[in-house]
Amino acid sequence: MQGNEACVEGAIAAGMRFYAGYPITPSTEIAEQCALRLPQVGGRFIQMEDELASMAAVLGASATGVKAMTATSGPGFSLKQENIGYGCLAEIPCVVVDVQRSGPSTGLPTSPSQGDYMQARWGTHGDHPVIALSPSSVQETYRLIIRAFNLSEKYRTPVIFLMDEIVGHMREGVTLPRPDELIINKRHISYHDGANKQCYAVPEGKFVPAMKAFGQGERYNITGLAHDVSGFPTNNNAVAGALYTRLMEKIGRNLDDIVRVEEYMMDDADTAVVCFGGTARAVMSAVEQARAEGMKVGMFRPITVWPFPEAQLRARLPGLKRVLMVEHNYGQMLLEVQRVAAERLPVGFLGRIDGTVIPPADILNKLREMEGRENAQ
Amino acid sequence: MRYEMRFSGSGGQGVILASVIVAEAAVAAGLEAVQSQAYGPEARGGLCRAETILSREKIWYTKVIRPSFLLALTQDSLDKYAQNLAPDAMVMADAGLSLPACVDPARALMLPILATARDKVGKVMTANIVAVGAVNKALGLFDEAALTEGVRRHIPAGTEELNWKALAEGAALVTDEQAALFRRSL
Repeated sequence: MQGNEACVEGAIAAGMRFYAGYPITPSTEIAEQCALRLPQVGGRFIQMEDELASMAAVLGASATGVKAMTATSGPGFSLKQENIGYGCLAEIPCVVVDVQRSGPSTGLPTSPSQGDYMQARWGTHGDHPVIALSPSSVQETYRLIIRAFNLSEKYRTPVIFLMDEIVGHMREGVTLPRPDELIINKRHISYHDGANKQCYAVPEGKFVPAMKAFGQGERYNITGLAHDVSGFPTNNNAVAGALYTRLMEKIGRNLDDIVRVEEYMMDDADTAVVCFGGTARAVMSAVEQARAEGMKVGMFRPITVWPFPEAQLRARLPGLKRVLMVEHNYGQMLLEVQRVAAERLPVGFLGRIDGTVIPPADILNKLREMEGRENAQ
Repeated sequence: MRYEMRFSGSGGQGVILASVIVAEAAVAAGLEAVQSQAYGPEARGGLCRAETILSREKIWYTKVIRPSFLLALTQDSLDKYAQNLAPDAMVMADAGLSLPACVDPARALMLPILATARDKVGKVMTANIVAVGAVNKALGLFDEAALTEGVRRHIPAGTEELNWKALAEGAALVTDEQAALFRRSL
């Protein structure tokens, strides 16, 4: 199965029943597969006129109570940003898949990249919470897109599913779990009595309001303006400040629930190679080769790439002598790793932006170079 | 043992599908397989390459580093991808092409793949299936059941006989002596 197909099958298993999109390489197979599969399971597929409308359609569908998804690549991801921000503020769950490709603008459409890492965090304006997950295999794509829907529903926020061309266009054998093995979060839908219009109210100590589905009897207001608990716009700074703070804290206070990493051979490692997404495949290979040469190297892979797994990396620092960041961009997650580690350890970097894939030999050479350089001092 | 295969040609010739069929046949035969491709933005006519990696162990790195097998259906793809092959690599190319000097002719099979698809099978678009039949005969990778399963998943209903004929005609292009020479056990 191809990575993009696994994305669709996992999403359907998670309960996704609405897809709106505008096809773009290397995400096109997601739209194709949704067009084929959604009618078979009672869902709806619509090809919209562009990416802006696709994102708007996804938000509209989700507001009516349906789990909704769209998929795109860099140029389309740029266009979706405005409405992603709308989803963040109006707290509309949805999953936005970005199968990253090379370069700014239309770039190299069929070549891999991880250049949208920072855009996934800061692409839409204003302070806002972001959850972004990144798979490194076809098998993991299936499982992780289900988790993306679960987190989206639980925290009422758009979740970015940050794939790359390496994983999206690769085919591997997969084992699909039985449906009863999967944990699927249902949306927390709650209808108040008619007199209670506080659709964005949260109980004391909670951060996520229950949702009502549009068109199912109860009328309420959804807006991209700062709003009070009734959902109507407000210019009251205290109310707006409390809303923005709650949005940040519903993610910030639940990092233990949201953040996941994969660690490979880290327990006795003095060198951590940090990577995410498809890059992990070269890193795993390089770690095994480095181990065979006697180097104590391990891999630290954020699966939740936003919020960045700061506590998990910090916990590893006392045992480490150095960190190497490997990613297919000019140094984006590197900035996060430096923020966490650079005061205590040397942080090396290996990146690539020519549309080719970093081979294990380059990582191995960089590891040798880092170790040798320090030994020579 | 990691076995790296590269399939190349012009967009529209079906080399990506050929690589997918080999990968799925490998999975059906109980092997690990990873398949990927690279092509330009044009849908037809551009240089196209696809890669399948086979192994009995878990495959980490998913791209071909130095292929041990190259299929080339156009001169451009043969010239480009004949560089940087593994030392023992085998090249299979269409008979109408000229072999670059860097390839040892003893390690190359020049087969009339396109002509067989056009004249014997009757449809030039079956060239990729003819190639799959020839590749499997030459390398001895899979038994017939695994290979036909790989093909069956990707062909429209009603074209089975055409595709089985393409597979058989492809296999017939490779002699038993050649197959003994190039046989590859994983």
